[in-house]
Amino acid sequence: MATGVSYEESKKLVWRGFWLLGAVTLLEVGIALVGNGHVIDGFRLPIWIMYPAMIGLSAYKAYFIVKEFMHMGHEVRDLAMSVLLPLLLLVWAIIAFLWEGSAWKDRRDVVKERSGMQVNKKTSNLELKKAEDIPIEYTFTK
Amino acid sequence: MKASYGKLMMWYFLLSDAFTFAGFLIAYGTLRFSVPTWPVPDFVFQAVPFLSGHYPLIFVTIMTFVLIVSSVTMVRAVQEGHRENRQGVVYWMVLTIIGGAAFLGCQAYEWNTLINKEHMSLTKNPFGTHVEAGTYIEGDDHKIKAGDTFKAGDPFLIHQKDGDYQLLKYTASDGSPGQQQFGPKAFGALFFFITGFHGFHVLSGVIFLIIIAMNVFSGLYAERRNGYEMVEKMGLYWHFVDLVWVFVFLVFYLL
Repeated sequence: MATGVSYEESKKLVWRGFWLLGAVTLLEVGIALVGNGHVIDGFRLPIWIMYPAMIGLSAYKAYFIVKEFMHMGHEVRDLAMSVLLPLLLLVWAIIAFLWEGSAWKDRRDVVKERSGMQVNKKTSNLELKKAEDIPIEYTFTK
Repeated sequence: MKASYGKLMMWYFLLSDAFTFAGFLIAYGTLRFSVPTWPVPDFVFQAVPFLSGHYPLIFVTIMTFVLIVSSVTMVRAVQEGHRENRQGVVYWMVLTIIGGAAFLGCQAYEWNTLINKEHMSLTKNPFGTHVEAGTYIEGDDHKIKAGDTFKAGDPFLIHQKDGDYQLLKYTASDGSPGQQQFGPKAFGALFFFITGFHGFHVLSGVIFLIIIAMNVFSGLYAERRNGYEMVEKMGLYWHFVDLVWVFVFLVFYLL
């Protein structure tokens, strides 16, 4: 623990941490349940409110656990940075791979359309990218 | 050196493990984005032990709390270690071990419900989501009756009767006939693999906690006079396990 913090105070801080993490967890689950219509009949929240809120709250929990429970806040700056900075690679990774997954779905829809199979209009982006506009090299039927 | 070698190496191990789990969770995201529908989590995860109703997400919230409490008891153990209080360290570590074991029991209940009651496997996923609105022509022996309607995005579970899956037939709102389809296969494989991998970390954590607690009890670390640094390193691993669960919980159950 940090120098200058008494034993009694350190113990209090730990339990305060417990209440904080507990409250944030309940808030996250509350948003999920309310947003999906389980609490108030028929009331739902849009994804662009729910998802950033839940992701932000989880990120805060992670920040708190690393900084206080794992004592990273009290470690030498260089040690902390050598561990935390590589995690920035994940920002690229998340964006790139979710984009990739979405592209797989679009490609599959194009293949289905060209093969005469039924494509679910609600979940495909075919209107955005007309099947004819996609170069022939990117399809499975020539 | 300004920092302890052992702690630094534990941090680098945790960093590598973080990338491993991040890889798995990102793969989950990729596969989920690549299919038109995905099982609805608050529909899939509704079982609570000893209760017969449906309580969406309640049990996994309890599991999250169990791990949070075990993290708190671990921090107390480390604090007592800094005061060279051998008995205090053992006491708080035992509580942490109980928390970890309780989490494993809860995970076992989840897996049992999914595998034996709902018949989900690595290759078969009976949790689906409707892509169009319609009316059921036939019912199953559970909640669905002939004539029940549904809209696009409504979740369903394909039940088994005498060992065979009952894929219910329905009429879509535009009149065409339809039948329930199995949900994306990737869901089962990803769920069991990722929660299994995390559960394996919890199990190995519990085993290590037992070993270190026994060492504490024997007075081994008191002789080293380093503020029970081994307990602190073990604490880092345990908090990491809790941290991974925060993200597994977020990705699988909330999003």
